[in-house]
Amino acid sequence: MNAKTKKKLLPYGYLLPTIILMLILLVIPILMVIDYSLYDNVIANKNPIFVGLSNYASVLKDSAFWTAVSHTLFFVIVSIVAHMFIGMLFAMLLNTRYLSSRTKGIFRTIYALPWMFTASVIAITWRMLLDPNGVLNYFILFFHLSEEKVTFLASREIALQSVTLINIWSGYPFYMISILAGLQGISPDLYEAAALDGADSVHSFFGVTIPQLKPILISLVMLDFVWTLQQFALIWMTTGGGPVNATETVSTWIYKQGFTKFQYSTASTGAVILLIVCTIIGIFYVRHQRAEE
Amino acid sequence: MTGWAKKLIVVTTVAAMAAGMAVSASADDVTLEFQQWWGVELPDGALQELCDGFTEETGVAIELLSNPYADTKTQVAAGAATGTMADVVGLDGSWVYDFAKQGAIANLSELMEADGYDDSQLSDQITYEGSTYMIPVVNFAYPLYVNLDILEAAGVKDIPATWSEFLDVCAKIEENTDAAAYCIPLNTEAPNGIQNQFSTWLWASGGNLLSEGKPALTDNELLVDVVELFKEMKDSGYFSDGVEALMEQDMVNEFENGRLAFMVDGISHLTTIKNESPDLNFTYAPMPKKDDYDGESGMDVANWGIGIAENCEHKEEAMAFIEYLMSPEINAKLAQLANAFPGNSNAEPDYSENDERFLQAFEIFQNGYAINEFTGAPTAEDLMRSMNEQLILYFDGDTETPEDMLAATQEAWEAAYN
Repeated sequence: MNAKTKKKLLPYGYLLPTIILMLILLVIPILMVIDYSLYDNVIANKNPIFVGLSNYASVLKDSAFWTAVSHTLFFVIVSIVAHMFIGMLFAMLLNTRYLSSRTKGIFRTIYALPWMFTASVIAITWRMLLDPNGVLNYFILFFHLSEEKVTFLASREIALQSVTLINIWSGYPFYMISILAGLQGISPDLYEAAALDGADSVHSFFGVTIPQLKPILISLVMLDFVWTLQQFALIWMTTGGGPVNATETVSTWIYKQGFTKFQYSTASTGAVILLIVCTIIGIFYVRHQRAEE
Repeated sequence: MTGWAKKLIVVTTVAAMAAGMAVSASADDVTLEFQQWWGVELPDGALQELCDGFTEETGVAIELLSNPYADTKTQVAAGAATGTMADVVGLDGSWVYDFAKQGAIANLSELMEADGYDDSQLSDQITYEGSTYMIPVVNFAYPLYVNLDILEAAGVKDIPATWSEFLDVCAKIEENTDAAAYCIPLNTEAPNGIQNQFSTWLWASGGNLLSEGKPALTDNELLVDVVELFKEMKDSGYFSDGVEALMEQDMVNEFENGRLAFMVDGISHLTTIKNESPDLNFTYAPMPKKDDYDGESGMDVANWGIGIAENCEHKEEAMAFIEYLMSPEINAKLAQLANAFPGNSNAEPDYSENDERFLQAFEIFQNGYAINEFTGAPTAEDLMRSMNEQLILYFDGDTETPEDMLAATQEAWEAAYN
């Protein structure tokens, strides 16, 4: 091997450990799941038969899958909008010049707390809060906000809204911290220039703050979309997708297909569909990042 | 000496050392992974102590992988799917059909035969297509827990023995106390409320969910009556609030906190309840029977079963470990520690140090017969989940009659059995 070839190959040598890890942990599992989705049933069936895309046709005809899709869309869209609103509000509060840095530090820690908890801790905490004998119901009855206890997670009418509320609570600090970092990077000169032009605070917000934060906001929305779309632990540990299928999302539907029905090919098909959606969002994200560069 | 010659010597020496190590491998070098949830539920270190006894006898080390039941279930299922199951696994009867069908767990009939093991001493064996795949190590009965203080506060003197007496008592509890009368946890994450808190009523009155191993939910009058009984309890407000989202542990918490008069639960929770609520005044009672039924009662049982992974490379040693756990002396010790009944019919546990309520439950158990129709059933958890969903739809009025509810469940079950 001559020196020129060695020099050419050297960077690939440095990349090799990462490439091997990505192959083992990412590429091969994804290819396996795609492969599984093309058979009648794998793992449970020792001699699976290749069925092409028929699993996709079955899944896309399954009303339970579409119910899960509609719940997922509600869960994701409401979560993102609320995350954005609360994250922006808290970030602006923490960026204000009217509070001392010590006070802001304390509130920054308090507001960021939900982000520190694992899904299991969040699920247990909220299950206790929302319990018919829990704190929230105590206040509801104490202040006569309702004649009877509210069964937040047990009612098919409000269970989806309740798990969405939990997800909103657990996810807004990521927005808050990211937006706060963005706000701190905006030059005060821009606000001063806007003020000289006669802009009030609302105009400054929409004319300066939002345009300056736009790259961060777009990234946040894309990442949150993918993360919330895949949210499983929180829903599973609070309602298990029920009552009946009131909080069934695509991720819980996939889990049930795989681990309780042992229909691994159907579960793989659902996972591939989810992968395709996430990949499309991922492509937009990468394109957006490149455009920013 | 040339560079190639040096390399050859090094490679030969390393290969010789490796071969020597392989040849000298013996039982002393074998370590069996034992994945289960039992270690979490037994007193600290008790399971390790029993396993150490096996290591002393045979030199085979046992590495315990103890996690709560739900985690164990997920890990065992993942191991079954990927062929990475621990050598010896704790099993629930409701998992057996699926793992055996997948070929993830080993045929124990063959292993017992190869080892010349006398299986007549086993109280039960869980089979798939005629071969044993799981051996119940210890069994847990599910009697009725009764909070005596709530009954007294409600002005009730006798524990109800029939359905109508039970409904009368529920009405008094509803009227005179703040407590709920009964609870069926219906959270779909773990839908075993259908098995333990619903089907128990059917089994206690001599009923069945299956006929000749197939679903028999339609044209099943007693089952219709049980569904109607539950609907009446639900509509009358006798259940704990929000049962649709409750898990079994929530029900136990309600009972421990004195907010629930009756619950059906495993006696494995006796120690926990005693420790967490030492002042709770409760007892065990047989399940109420249907008014016109005077036959023998079936009592729901769950078990800590054991099996061997098909991917286990030391099946002989794994079988020896199971035989050790099933030996009369060790099995009796395990049963005593777990507040359970032994899986070896020759085992004689010394329950003298156990709570007197345990002995009471044992007596109730002996007066009836053990039953659990979900043990060994295909996709048992999914069967429970589909019935769970249909029951809630009936409670909510989406399904008009119990017959319709059972017909819809039958349809879902038949798909699993075919």
